[in-house]
Amino acid sequence: MSQSFDDISAQLKRRHRKSARLKWISMGALGLAGLFLVLFFADMLVKGMPAFQQAQIQVQVDYSEQASQIPLAAVNEEARPLVSRGYLRLIPGRMEDDPDLLGTTRMEWVLADGQVDQYLKGHHSKLKAGDRAVVDRLVEEGRAELRFNTTFFTSGDSKMPELTGIASAAMGTLLTLLVTLAVSFPIGVMTAVYLEEFAPDNRITQAIEININNLAAIPSILFGLLGLAIFINFFGVPRSSPLVGGLTLALMTLPVIIIATRTALRSVPESIRHAAFGVGCSRWQVVRDHVLPLALPGIMTGSIIGLAQAMGETAPLIIVGMVAFIPDVTTSFTEAATVLPAQIFTWAGEPDRAFIEKTSGGILVLLAVLISLNATAVVLRKKFERRW
Amino acid sequence: MQTNQIIAIFGGALLLLGLIAFFLGRAKATRVRAGGTAMYAQPDQYAWFTVLATAGPALVVSAVGGFLMLLLGAEIPTPYLLAGSLVVACLGLAIGMLMVRPDFHARQAIERVIRFLLAGAALISIFTTLGILVSIIGEALRFFQMQNFWDFITGTTWNPGASFLEAAGRADEGGSAAQFGSVPLFAGTFMITAVAMLVAIPIGLLAAIYMAEFAPQRVRTLAKPVLEVLAGIPTVVYGFFAAITVAPIIVSVAGFFGLDASFNNALAPGIVMGIMIIPFISSLSDDVITSVPDSMRQGSLALGMTKGETIRDVVIPAALPGIISASLLAVSRALGETMIVVMAAGMRPNLTANPLEDMTTVTVRIVAALTGDQEFASAETLSAFALGLVLFVVTLSLNLVSVIMIRRFREKYRVNNL
Repeated sequence: MSQSFDDISAQLKRRHRKSARLKWISMGALGLAGLFLVLFFADMLVKGMPAFQQAQIQVQVDYSEQASQIPLAAVNEEARPLVSRGYLRLIPGRMEDDPDLLGTTRMEWVLADGQVDQYLKGHHSKLKAGDRAVVDRLVEEGRAELRFNTTFFTSGDSKMPELTGIASAAMGTLLTLLVTLAVSFPIGVMTAVYLEEFAPDNRITQAIEININNLAAIPSILFGLLGLAIFINFFGVPRSSPLVGGLTLALMTLPVIIIATRTALRSVPESIRHAAFGVGCSRWQVVRDHVLPLALPGIMTGSIIGLAQAMGETAPLIIVGMVAFIPDVTTSFTEAATVLPAQIFTWAGEPDRAFIEKTSGGILVLLAVLISLNATAVVLRKKFERRW
Repeated sequence: MQTNQIIAIFGGALLLLGLIAFFLGRAKATRVRAGGTAMYAQPDQYAWFTVLATAGPALVVSAVGGFLMLLLGAEIPTPYLLAGSLVVACLGLAIGMLMVRPDFHARQAIERVIRFLLAGAALISIFTTLGILVSIIGEALRFFQMQNFWDFITGTTWNPGASFLEAAGRADEGGSAAQFGSVPLFAGTFMITAVAMLVAIPIGLLAAIYMAEFAPQRVRTLAKPVLEVLAGIPTVVYGFFAAITVAPIIVSVAGFFGLDASFNNALAPGIVMGIMIIPFISSLSDDVITSVPDSMRQGSLALGMTKGETIRDVVIPAALPGIISASLLAVSRALGETMIVVMAAGMRPNLTANPLEDMTTVTVRIVAALTGDQEFASAETLSAFALGLVLFVVTLSLNLVSVIMIRRFREKYRVNNL
């Protein structure tokens, strides 16, 4: 039986349509991933941007004798539910610092209560109807408004949403990453140099190689168990400290740095090594003076990416206790500290709705830092990219 | 004495001795050379050799002393250990100085030490793996001394609640005894992993096919970094997104269809975890698909196949080992993923096939067991290590199978960069 020309061309058309369909479907899959990214960022921005603003109201603050004992007495009855109680608690301290304040009465812009803040932002608020009327009146008089939230960047964790900030978590992150970098960078680079430039190709080296690849794929929470059992219970490193967190993250970052460094070393052409050997350099001199400087941009890029990964890691840090409530900025490697992702986790667990925007605000800050770190890595790679 | 003080004194003294060693060594070498004697090495190399001779033995002595105290519980008073190490440092300095002679190969000696140091650094990754194994197995064994291994593997009730009473020696007060049957935890883990894979594998694989086979260069250079952003988002952020945004959407969609969904349903963390894994699958599959030799595509096209048929019948079957390897790695990731499930999945061990109900996973229970205010020796705390051990074994085997698969692909097509 023979096929007519029309049959064949119809069949061809069908086959090409099928091929085109695959193209569109696969394009749609990629688009879906992109769409998700857009939705995600939009969601976080909408939820998180309000965190950068905080309600303030102008009230009369009465620095009386009574206020130094009972801070609530510093403002009149009408304003009491509207002013942040955490702010009022600072008043006795301020009066001690500045004795001249005693007996004066001033109009001041003060931090409003979290509920006023939510009300002004148009969210659900637990304010009573009478208090809402007062706030509405203050807004009309220009005595209540949303202002840039500096507290968010200068203070530590607090149970009152209007007073919480990321400062202590940021400092904890910095200290932890310093430990991570100080431990994982030298060890990682040394390992890679050994494996690429010195090691004989034998069973032991192969075992180390397989082991490194495997280490890179082990769930991060298991590194937390390691940190808990070895560093805290065995070596007695203080729990919750940047030291133990940094060490745990260092072991996780190690494979990333090793793999990146090896790739960078491998891309340095053999001719450079031959030339250096030719003028009488020893193996170490070849590595130190020629190969390592040429591989450095690649090593830096890999380390920055590894550090960015470590910075976003939470699970192992929860296990070693870095989810502590830290109201003051940590300054030592052995004190209890928390890190940004752990702070986000803590806030996410707060029942108060106002913490949702704080959580999203913290996420925006974390993402901004991570994206700029990754962008730095990309720029470095582009700048020093070299075809041999 | 405080630990910080000890470290400061030891480090300071060692630094000072090292500096002295450097200048003495160099001075001697320079003097000998100025006397007209030919030397094997440069003065600076002799100087570095004396530094190594000073610091090396002292560091070894202090490390051995420290380990003896920690591991064997030997009682060495810290001041003695400190003084001992510093005396060894001085001895090393003296011997090092004596060895600075014209016929001494200082450079080779230094390089031997450096090579030794580099190899030592390479061993740390092995120690890390061993550390994970020893710490997890050690604590898990303590758990299995209290609880039956078989009950742990096959039991269907996870109810650790009363274990703290047992640890306190008041077992009779708790009413029901603590039960550690891990089946519901693994069921929850596999359910969420399955949902994640249903999202990640089709989307990731299709995106990879588009990038590798259809996309113009411009789209490729744009799409790769964008997907990398997706991969760089911390999991705690995904967890928050799943709990705050995705879970309510699922509840209302389920309500629309007349279904009753829990706010801690297994679907939300599963879907979000799938999204997290998309870039992982797509970038690995993209690498594999582009590594399939072009001659195979050309052969197929020359026989009159359409592009779609070439991809379906030639490229994908050829790339299959690599794609399976990527998917296995993704499964291993999903099994070990913690933050998303901690924040979005439930806490209740629930043996059900309905993804709209709340479920809990292995990693959630590990976190729950270790963040409570329990005695470390209690069965509940130690159960975290038993669960960790199982997680380690499962992910390790998945990783190994994946390595074997990718090696098979590499050997078949002689690709070097995978």
